[in-house]
Amino acid sequence: MTVQEKPSEAGAATAAADASGRHLSGEVRRGARAARERWEQASRSAAEKSTPWKEDFTSLSGETVSPLVTADQVKSEPLDDIGVPGEFPYTRGIRPNGYRGRLWTMRQFAGFGTAKDTNRRFRYLLDHGQTGLSVAFDLPTLYGYDCDHEMSRGEVGKCGVAVSTLADMEQLFDSIPLAKVSTSMTINSTAPILFAMYLVVAEQQGANWKTEVRGTLQNDILKEYIAQKEFIYPPRPSMRLITDQFAFAAREVPRWNTVSISGYHIREAGSTALQELAFTLRDGIEYVRCGIEAGLDVDEFAPRLSFFFNSHSDFFEEIAKFRAARRVWATVMRDTFGAKDERSWMLRFHTQTAGVSLVAQQPINNVVRTALQALAAVLGGTQSLHTNSLDETYALPTEGSARIALRTQQIIAHESGVINTLDPLGGSYYLEDLTEKMVEGCFEYFRKIDEYGGMIEAIEAGYPQREIVEAAYLAQQAVDSERRLIVGLNAFRNDEEVDIETLYISDEVAEEQLQRLEEARHQRDDGAVTRALDGLRVGAAGEANTMPLILDCVRCYCSIGEISDALRDVFGCYEESAVF
Amino acid sequence: MSNRRHRVLIAKPGLDGHDRGAKIVARSLRDAGFEVIYAGLRQTPEQIAVAAVQEDVDAVGLSILSGAHNTLLPAVARLLREQGADDILVFAGGIIPAQDIAGLKESGIDEIFLPGTTTHAIVDYLSKKLGHQPSV
Repeated sequence: MTVQEKPSEAGAATAAADASGRHLSGEVRRGARAARERWEQASRSAAEKSTPWKEDFTSLSGETVSPLVTADQVKSEPLDDIGVPGEFPYTRGIRPNGYRGRLWTMRQFAGFGTAKDTNRRFRYLLDHGQTGLSVAFDLPTLYGYDCDHEMSRGEVGKCGVAVSTLADMEQLFDSIPLAKVSTSMTINSTAPILFAMYLVVAEQQGANWKTEVRGTLQNDILKEYIAQKEFIYPPRPSMRLITDQFAFAAREVPRWNTVSISGYHIREAGSTALQELAFTLRDGIEYVRCGIEAGLDVDEFAPRLSFFFNSHSDFFEEIAKFRAARRVWATVMRDTFGAKDERSWMLRFHTQTAGVSLVAQQPINNVVRTALQALAAVLGGTQSLHTNSLDETYALPTEGSARIALRTQQIIAHESGVINTLDPLGGSYYLEDLTEKMVEGCFEYFRKIDEYGGMIEAIEAGYPQREIVEAAYLAQQAVDSERRLIVGLNAFRNDEEVDIETLYISDEVAEEQLQRLEEARHQRDDGAVTRALDGLRVGAAGEANTMPLILDCVRCYCSIGEISDALRDVFGCYEESAVF
Repeated sequence: MSNRRHRVLIAKPGLDGHDRGAKIVARSLRDAGFEVIYAGLRQTPEQIAVAAVQEDVDAVGLSILSGAHNTLLPAVARLLREQGADDILVFAGGIIPAQDIAGLKESGIDEIFLPGTTTHAIVDYLSKKLGHQPSV
């Protein structure tokens, strides 16, 4: 199945070239063009008198930026393409009442050390007005290794919280009511295991899976092969685990978002804004396709798909990206997949400001960078937001810097006034033109990926990986050659030493975690463990839904390493061929 | 100075998947005339040390952003010494807090590059250390 923008108009490139300003009356169009020509002349003679201070004005992604966009240059149709919030194609937002109805969820990603350490940070953030939880797991948890595995050396509790068995998950959410709080978990290859653990803890607390338990799994394995690289199994069995979760959650945990299709990591790995948009949405299309191939009805699972984007430093480019994402997704879901439920058309997304944009030098300036990126996400209509902390080029954030990051969101929400009207930048000639270009560029990438046979095939051929490496290299060259200036780094430097407090995670965490794992192993019923793991192997080798089998394993305190190894036995492991 | 091109192994020790920096450094060194071997992701210190010796490299560059640097970086330097390969220069880059740098240097990591380092700075450093004539 190929994905085209408007099937009836496919190939009508010449018509598109003349489409600018077609929505205007002849008179207005001529008037706008005449005004633009006057301006062009005035601008040329101004440039003759004093040359512009910079040679090229390009976006962060390296795209040439038009100095002025006038009404006659914009192609978007005010009724069809732009429309109003809450109506197809949702360019201006998915909700008819925008942030007046409900503010975005302020969801700071946190996790470090043991479950006890992170539980304390969660309670601190909730006490300071945060409205949802977001869990960062350590690398052994992400890769399905127990803390005593050779590969876990030095990594336990370092860049997230260590979770080995259900006992850790019980402690992680101790005194946090899972019937009330929604939780996002950044977990991919081992997502079904952590999802199962969360559900068992919710059940222990008496929270109802069907009506109360809400949250999101990242669970986007395709972007792991493309960018983040935390894969375990090959792509095809990994996709099967995901469709098993689609089917399970649709039935048992209907308010759970089973996948958060992520551009964030693609962008952090070095892609342009357009590549982030296109690869992410194309990944989304692949999940929909796999769900349908697994026998599910599109409207059964598509409303629970959510997205996760990066908000980088180029203000308008980012806002256009978010608006374009909604328009493209709605079009594809309705016109290519034939989804009938409007909720299947609506692209809901979480945003995180760009970690890679943070600068180690003069780190307090990062608060300003993050505020601008957060503002772009809000003007782009995000449903939830994480703002990075100023000290993250050094270590995981301290409590104090995490609080400033949260306050940044609160200032935007309650002081800036941008929430008062919906999509306040809608109708800006520049922004609408930029949005249109993002939409067109996105479909162009879809066509290239379709030529490979789909996203899995494109990934296996290394196509998106090569595109990202190339863009990352060009971006670094722009900084190294000072064509792109970064305050404090290659311009406006101070030579004084940086003196900020940073979070330190001691190696005692690993010892404590090992002790906890040994305790759990000691207390459990070994016979039940063996039976549950054998059951999972048999089910995974056959066609059973793996979720109930993983729940069985989790309930008898099988460790994350044991469950992952059972699946490794059946599925094998994936090795990438690296390109640089 | 020999006519042989200088060989550099770039590796990602541990479980950290952030390979943007490692790949940019690998490519910049290659463009500057070094022969670069990229070991890829999820390498144990043992695998890195064995590869460095087998490939007869002049230097090993380690990229790490996961926080496991205090465990994994000294292990690479120690394993190279144990194999009698302490003439191989070991340098590193990534998210490494200031208080850890002195200890890492003592353990045998010659230089540590932090966020904001230009590729020129790394090429210059390695050229000087290895007596390499950059090709650009």
